[in-house]
Amino acid sequence: MPQVTYIEHDGTEHLIDVEDGLSVMRGAVDNNVPGIDGDCGGECACATCHVFVDEAWLARTGTPGEQEASMLSFAATAQPNSRLSCQITVTPALDGLVVRMPEAQH
Amino acid sequence: MSEDPPCIVIAGAGHAGGSAAAFLRQYGWKGAIALVGEEAHLPYQRPPLSKAWLKGEASAESLALRPARFYAQQRIDLHLGTRVAGIDRAARRVSLSDGIELGYHRLILALGARPRSLALPGADLAGVLALRGTVDADALQAALGPGRRLAVIGGGYIGLEVAASARALGAGAVVLEREARVLARVAGTALSRFLEAQHRARGVEVLTGVEVAAIEGEAGAARAVRLQDGRRIPCDTVLIGVGAVPSTELAAAAGLDCAGGIVVDLAARTSDPAIHAIGDCTQRPLPLYGRSGRLESVPNAIEQAKQAAADICGRPPPQPEVPWFWSDQFELRLQMAGLAFDAHEAVIRGDAEAGGFTVFHLDREQRVLAIEAVNAPADFMAGRVLVAKQARVAPDILRDPARSIRDVAA
Repeated sequence: MPQVTYIEHDGTEHLIDVEDGLSVMRGAVDNNVPGIDGDCGGECACATCHVFVDEAWLARTGTPGEQEASMLSFAATAQPNSRLSCQITVTPALDGLVVRMPEAQH
Repeated sequence: MSEDPPCIVIAGAGHAGGSAAAFLRQYGWKGAIALVGEEAHLPYQRPPLSKAWLKGEASAESLALRPARFYAQQRIDLHLGTRVAGIDRAARRVSLSDGIELGYHRLILALGARPRSLALPGADLAGVLALRGTVDADALQAALGPGRRLAVIGGGYIGLEVAASARALGAGAVVLEREARVLARVAGTALSRFLEAQHRARGVEVLTGVEVAAIEGEAGAARAVRLQDGRRIPCDTVLIGVGAVPSTELAAAAGLDCAGGIVVDLAARTSDPAIHAIGDCTQRPLPLYGRSGRLESVPNAIEQAKQAAADICGRPPPQPEVPWFWSDQFELRLQMAGLAFDAHEAVIRGDAEAGGFTVFHLDREQRVLAIEAVNAPADFMAGRVLVAKQARVAPDILRDPARSIRDVAA
């Protein structure tokens, strides 16, 4: 199973096995990783699953779609490597992915 | 004799109760957690029931808030298919309907709301449905398809979402609204009129200002809705979507303060310091608006779940949230933030014809009270900031398409 490392704002790391095909958001929620809420359940409607993708992985996670980019343009503390983690699907190619959480989702 | 380890009992396993259990563990609660839910299912998301689930586009796994193994891993004891039937506050014990008794250190009431029923002739006919849980949604789905016709009593969000899904499933749909416009209690006039037009353009019949007199049937099954003006609206399924009433009976019987919901503060505390209440069943402070109210939404359920868990675990309270809501109908993504109490002026930014628009509701001092965004996610995100800041913005600036919404909110 692909593994994803979630790093909380305070530096706490969570190494999680995420089933192929689930989203990075779902991987966090299903394992109670703090800092990713996913209020809307993965509909790209709420921006409560904001993460910073480790630079080394940016090419493989791809770029945000139009709706996601619009949401991110106003997410608190958005950076060029910001993504909504409900829009990143975990595949074997993302085994080893590292994402960091912002201080808050609002 | 050893005491039982301190236990937190959560009465209600919907979005609020399920989230509270998860946040308690995130915030460091080490004792026992018992999650009691009346439905047979693990906690699941209700919003897709009127949309993706109804259209057959969601699975039980995708609907579940979290997988079954989560509850074992997090040491959350599930009591499903049963409910809290009584609270003994003095002894700090609850009795469940299956006969089990549980002691509690803290009790969280996450009892939800239930669809408001209508005392109409024919309301007990087969084919007359409401929508709250998966059982309701499955019954509705079985009744929708080509050649079928749905009548929705009540033009609220659930009614409009189901009407849109019915069309997607090939069924006919008619929405019957008593007020002069759909969403009369929860949206501004501009959004109501826009949605009425969108629904009509996609074959939904929308009748406003009509009073339902009865549901008429043949052989025990609904066949038509009869209006007060005598018109007969043929159908084979009726959805009653006229709002929800908070489930407060258990709290009231236990002597907790209730007034249009279980009364709580910003830490989700009830009038008993050992009992919190969260989600649809609560009457909560709305600090941005200087009043209290009841919110039926997932974001509210999650915010209050955090408030209760933080309070119980001795953590600082979570950041206050702007109330917000979303809805999907056809290819329209609606995102609303804030509440338009005492709104003085509605300012429209963008153009529905051009793909998206947003309604900004301002008070007399031009403070942004609430926004309604249709296919306009950047406006929604910016609007949420404007509402949180209670920012004053001149209407001409909001209307000006040459101004980036980013600059307006900066």
